[in-house]
Amino acid sequence: MTRDQADVVVIGGGLHGLSAALYLARAGKGVVILERAWVGRHASGATAAGVRTLGRDLAEVPISLEAMDMWHRIETIVGDACGFHAHGQIRVAETERHLTELNERAAKLRQLGYAHEEIIDASELRRLVPALSTHCVGALVARRDGAADPHRALSAFRRSCEAAGVTIHEGCGVTAIERQGADWLIRAGEQGFVAPAIVNAAGAWAARVASLIGDDIALGMKASMMIVTERLAPLLEPVVSAVGRSLSFKQSGQGTLVIGGGLQGKADLDTQLSSVDYRELAKGARAATDLFPCVRDVRIIRTWAGMEAKTADLLPVIGPSPNAPGVIHAFGFSGHGFQLVPVVGAIVCDLLVHGKTERQIEAFAAKRLMARKAAA
Amino acid sequence: MKRVDVLIVGAGPAGMAAAVAARRFGLDVLVVDDQPAPGGQIWRSVETVAATARGAILGESYQSGLSTAEAFRACGAAYEPGTQLWQIEPGFRAYLSRDRKAWTLEARAVVLATGAQERPVPFPGWTLPGVLTVGAAQILLKSSGQIPDKPVWVAGSGPLPLLYLTQLLRAGGQVAGYLDTTPPGRLRVALPHLPKALRAAGDLLKGFGWATTLRLRGIPVIKHVTDVEATGKDRVEAIRYRTADGKDATAPAELLLVHEGVVPNIHAPLALGCAVAWRDDQDCYVPVLDRWGETSQSNLFVAGDGAGIAGATAAVLRGELAALRIAERLGRTDAQAAETAAAPLLLRLGRELALRPFLDALFKPRPQIFAPSDDTIVCRCEEITAGGIRAMVEVGQPGPNQVKAFTRAGMGPCQGRQCGYTVTRILAAAEGRSAADVGFYRVRPPLKPITLGELAGLEQEAVP
Repeated sequence: MTRDQADVVVIGGGLHGLSAALYLARAGKGVVILERAWVGRHASGATAAGVRTLGRDLAEVPISLEAMDMWHRIETIVGDACGFHAHGQIRVAETERHLTELNERAAKLRQLGYAHEEIIDASELRRLVPALSTHCVGALVARRDGAADPHRALSAFRRSCEAAGVTIHEGCGVTAIERQGADWLIRAGEQGFVAPAIVNAAGAWAARVASLIGDDIALGMKASMMIVTERLAPLLEPVVSAVGRSLSFKQSGQGTLVIGGGLQGKADLDTQLSSVDYRELAKGARAATDLFPCVRDVRIIRTWAGMEAKTADLLPVIGPSPNAPGVIHAFGFSGHGFQLVPVVGAIVCDLLVHGKTERQIEAFAAKRLMARKAAA
Repeated sequence: MKRVDVLIVGAGPAGMAAAVAARRFGLDVLVVDDQPAPGGQIWRSVETVAATARGAILGESYQSGLSTAEAFRACGAAYEPGTQLWQIEPGFRAYLSRDRKAWTLEARAVVLATGAQERPVPFPGWTLPGVLTVGAAQILLKSSGQIPDKPVWVAGSGPLPLLYLTQLLRAGGQVAGYLDTTPPGRLRVALPHLPKALRAAGDLLKGFGWATTLRLRGIPVIKHVTDVEATGKDRVEAIRYRTADGKDATAPAELLLVHEGVVPNIHAPLALGCAVAWRDDQDCYVPVLDRWGETSQSNLFVAGDGAGIAGATAAVLRGELAALRIAERLGRTDAQAAETAAAPLLLRLGRELALRPFLDALFKPRPQIFAPSDDTIVCRCEEITAGGIRAMVEVGQPGPNQVKAFTRAGMGPCQGRQCGYTVTRILAAAEGRSAADVGFYRVRPPLKPITLGELAGLEQEAVP
């Protein structure tokens, strides 16, 4: 077996693994990324790439707002704009009852001192999204939100990592992890990597990696489905979702409609394969055509389901392992991790370089998902 | 939701034969086909055309499809023309669409008889209006008797250009010339396969007959042509090519038809997760099948040219074999009886397949097809050039799926049917790997584009 030495081994070549590696390398660490397939193979390559603060769990709001500032200067971080456009995200109310819900949400945020979510009336909604069905009565908007291009983001983070000295091993799946003195020995078949620190950014497979270092973390899985259509003339700029519907609707820079919203396909961790459930996906098409009747005859070109981890409370796991020294977890983003990519990299770097972070991550501790085991 | 015993996709030779055979066992059969009438590509419109003057122009092997079509019509299988299959989920649940309305049905067994497509061949100017494939031109001739009103240039290799030119001349069309791109020395490579091929000598003689017709009619046939290019501003105005002695030649042209062989339609088996294998002799992927045509997925069969290019007679035999096995699986016959019935079919299929090694060697695609110049468009939908694909090789050893993600090649409405093999071959050459090792795009459903409205309509379909 070969044995490569590093300061940090990052397991998982998705965007969160790349971001953590990038911040660590820039802080002077020697970083190796181990990716079982290739960079961006699963969730990072299958994401709708929404850059959204709108509607976040209150525990996520502080880091999400910081991440949004980072997206607005993403070019200074990774040398490319990543296709990011801040055309806003809009959560539409189709009924007065839905609008009341949105008003309550906005009021709660104001109370806490946040101003990024704003209620708009039907006429402002029409101005922002002229193609929207006229039955919509109002909306909640986060004007600084937007969307990016996931593949450009992957390219930019990867290039930045390599420029900062990160070594990326693709086709290199971790098979075992064992303690060796003050270090970890991470085995990937015939290859071995020795490092005092590990970042677990293994996405849907992160609980399996965690179990290799002794953390038994309850983790579910998501296989969110996406629809991409043929290109069409400019139709809308913001990303649109709707209360009570599984819908996220936007137009990409290429002109295709990208329709998601968390409808679930099927996936299998062992085969690493996912598939679309069209009966379920029909609900997404229904929501899209109800809100945008003008897209009924637009042709669907591709659909897919991406695989990623889902926690019981839909909050991520970000922080040190309670059991294993030098191990930082960063996974479980439950369908809304793309926007958090730059800030989570910075947090992981804080934790490994300084042993602590000023950012608010208490709610993301792994321990909350390990209680059941401790009680048993 | 409807349920059937057997869903057959495609009403060409294989699909029709499978339907007729399955009905003999009393199975409940549905045939769906995206064309308006049975016949597939080879016997397109045969019911209305076979007995007409156009039928005579198209020739005996075209007209011979009529009896199969008649048997199919009479067999009692349900038939849905103009219908597209756009997804199959395990079990099987098939998703179909016609006239912008989608529905689903359950089937206990599925036969994919979806045939072949012409091998896409990127060359400079291939996207110009006025450049068509020979197959597309032949469709116009078969279905509506359309004959180009200007002299036609044909460039390519294989039996189809010769057949089409013969048909076109019979129909009164004009031929400017045939640029035969078959490289020198191919006959020598193919000759060792000739003795076996002679078992199907009838078809071979037909081919030589076509070539003779061209000679007798004084059509210019320029052999061993390379570097074909179409030039023009808004449409093709001229062609350029290199002759065997290395000289460049040009000629005015308003219509250029190209053809470099056919490859199986592999998208449906790939989307369904069927195992496929690379075939060096036909430069394509084929589904891995047992002798009945069953894929790696139980009760899912591929019959016809989709199983590997072998022509209409073999397609009929493969369709019948698949139906036999399905009848056994569904309890309509026993294993012994199925074996007995299969024996003569397998014997005849063997004879048909014996012709292929000779033809495959004679018309093996020239290497240039898979190595377009940097500025040649490879992905027509997204306008990605060969150079754009090659540039991706700088980063690691990417496969087709990474190249797709980063360049958008293969993301357009044709879903990679036009650029898939070219991307595989470009990556193989640039990375020093075999095409088999590089692999093919992961195929995402839907198999045919459907509208958001069609999919939305499925939400109201009653769940059983």
